[in-house]
Amino acid sequence: MKLQVNGREAYVYTGGKPFDPTLPCVVFVHGALHDHSVWTLLARWCAHHGHNALAVDLPGHGRSAGPVGDSIPALGAWLLALLDAAGVPTGTSVALMGHSMGSLIALDAAGQAPDRITRLLMVGTAYPMKVSAALLDTSAQVPLKAIDMVNAFSISTLAAKPSYPGPGMWLHGANRALMRRTLAGPNATGCEVNLFHHDFRLCDQYDGGLQAAAQVRCPTTLVLGDQDMMTPPRATAELAKALKAQTVVLKSGHSQAAEDPDGLLAALRAALA
Amino acid sequence: MAGYSDPGFDTLALHAGAVPDPSTGARAVPIHLTTSFVFPSSEAAASLFNMERSGHVYSRISNPTNAVLEERIAALEGGIGAIATASGQAAFHLAISTLAGAGHHIVASSALYGGSHNLLDYTMRRFGISTTFVAPGDLAAWRAAIRPETRFLFGETLGNPGLDVLDIAKVSAIAHEHRLPLLVDSTFTPPWLLKPFDHGADLLFHSATKFLSGHGTVIGGLLVDSGQFDWAASGRFPELSEPYSGFHGMVFAEESTVGAFLLRARREGLRDFGACMSPHTAWLILQGIETLPLRMARHVDNTRQVVAMLAAHPMVSRVGYPELDSHPSQALAQQMLPRGCGAVFSFDLKGTRAQGVAFIEALKIFSHLANVGDCRSLVIHPASTTHFRMDDAALASAGIGPGTIRLSIGLEDPADLIDDLKRALKAAEKTTDKATDKAAQKPAPAAPASGAKTA
Repeated sequence: MKLQVNGREAYVYTGGKPFDPTLPCVVFVHGALHDHSVWTLLARWCAHHGHNALAVDLPGHGRSAGPVGDSIPALGAWLLALLDAAGVPTGTSVALMGHSMGSLIALDAAGQAPDRITRLLMVGTAYPMKVSAALLDTSAQVPLKAIDMVNAFSISTLAAKPSYPGPGMWLHGANRALMRRTLAGPNATGCEVNLFHHDFRLCDQYDGGLQAAAQVRCPTTLVLGDQDMMTPPRATAELAKALKAQTVVLKSGHSQAAEDPDGLLAALRAALA
Repeated sequence: MAGYSDPGFDTLALHAGAVPDPSTGARAVPIHLTTSFVFPSSEAAASLFNMERSGHVYSRISNPTNAVLEERIAALEGGIGAIATASGQAAFHLAISTLAGAGHHIVASSALYGGSHNLLDYTMRRFGISTTFVAPGDLAAWRAAIRPETRFLFGETLGNPGLDVLDIAKVSAIAHEHRLPLLVDSTFTPPWLLKPFDHGADLLFHSATKFLSGHGTVIGGLLVDSGQFDWAASGRFPELSEPYSGFHGMVFAEESTVGAFLLRARREGLRDFGACMSPHTAWLILQGIETLPLRMARHVDNTRQVVAMLAAHPMVSRVGYPELDSHPSQALAQQMLPRGCGAVFSFDLKGTRAQGVAFIEALKIFSHLANVGDCRSLVIHPASTTHFRMDDAALASAGIGPGTIRLSIGLEDPADLIDDLKRALKAAEKTTDKATDKAAQKPAPAAPASGAKTA
């Protein structure tokens, strides 16, 4: 569905069911150079099992209008504004589930509105989420090469079964195509260099994670990949401690939703139970 | 970056889509000859049917062995995924039926495999889908043929029978100017030779029966999506960008930003038309793909040697291989096909249909049959087989002469292939002599004897 958030059009995938304000919500937040489509299996499951699924396209990504958000806290505030725009009543159970950059946005939003967010799931996360200078530079200078580098770092296997979103899909190719599509998207406006570099820079510069974590009052789950080279599990220790988070480790790289969709669904179901 | 994270072509040909079987440890890909897959629970069953989970339900829609093949060809082509089908023709039909319906239109190269031409010009026309054929190198004709109801452009990477190299970059640019995708048949150019997606093609298919399988044992097709075409932004494909009542109102372009085409092709095309591949066939094609890089290098090397011999032979008037200076696509071939132009080509014998037949019958290593891309060398004489109903004028309009011979060069010792061909050429030459001798020895018709009765 399309919403107006802060005067700009925003796209939200609702999992094949219309939004119902009487139901609890699960909000899905994608990572750098991605869009809502990394969440469609989980979102469909939620939408058909008693929840509203709200899988957003962040500003300037996919079908949501730009300009892009200029910081992780700004995008956290945008996410909360989106809940209002969708008509999510105050007091409704709201779970935030974010991947990579999206996990930082979800964390900051949960810190900004601790009374409103009832569950937090951070997938493929780390704090701080520093990006190497070489990768930042490559994303600025040769973004297609940087996409291939990230793709190689993100997917841990040549055969993730049963594949995503269905059998016969080649994850390396699909992820590369999605990142290329998002990079070239017509809404990717307001970036200093390009959307890829912009997203990486937001991750790299975010320094409010522990302050946000101190404000979070809801139960938190970290879902990590045991072979994640982008956000290795060891990079979450301080954050997990600050959030008193439960940690679930999947047999996966950084593309948890694509490499182990059933494992991620199990973690989500456990968190929502 | 070399290594497991970013493997090269030869590694992908062996490993993409497959890991040791988790239940048995089997290193080779198991053949999952089963129609159906047991649901772990009723809830999981419903989730699978509703695309809330990924997995296998029924082997017409998907199968674990087929999925390995699908992922592998997608990896080798640089695509996002693929669908294995019962044949190359089934893959082509699946692409057409996913993108077009009654009232729609296709612009296609005129240099096509006869079966593809039949499908477009006769069969699909019966279902309300029309096609305009254009010369593959005539870019103005491609552009001029596009109509509001056109759904895609189509050509063969190496056209039939003359091996015209399709200028994929230019034809795809024309397609994209009109918010249309370009589909190519890449059967003659497996990905070791050419990756059409790198040049701008959006979709491709293979008759996997040919080089991918490589051993002349199975019939199969593969339809591969690049994920590059934006179906929603095009505005021409409501089947992909608007709710589909045949699948719970699903909007495929929202379900998968880059995979909408494959989702619909599988969820509708395989489900309803059912032209799926047997897992046993998929396994045999996988066996072929594992050695594809080695085989293609040898196919091309052998072909170059045979082409060189034929081009210099006095009984041969023309050799149609794009690496030759005489071929109209030579410059394009150098640019797009640096590893070679495949192993299928035609040449013209100097002489008659009878000489063509004599040539074929004298061959001992080449097999006379209707296929290409086998590890064994193959030959066919179109004028006496696939095109035997045509007179010489009709053959000429199809680019086929009475002495045209099509070869598919296999993996035998090249010296043996050359010897076989030279011997057969000699036999054809002798046939000319015999025919000439007989004509010379035959007495001229005698004039009626004076006074004889005539009827």
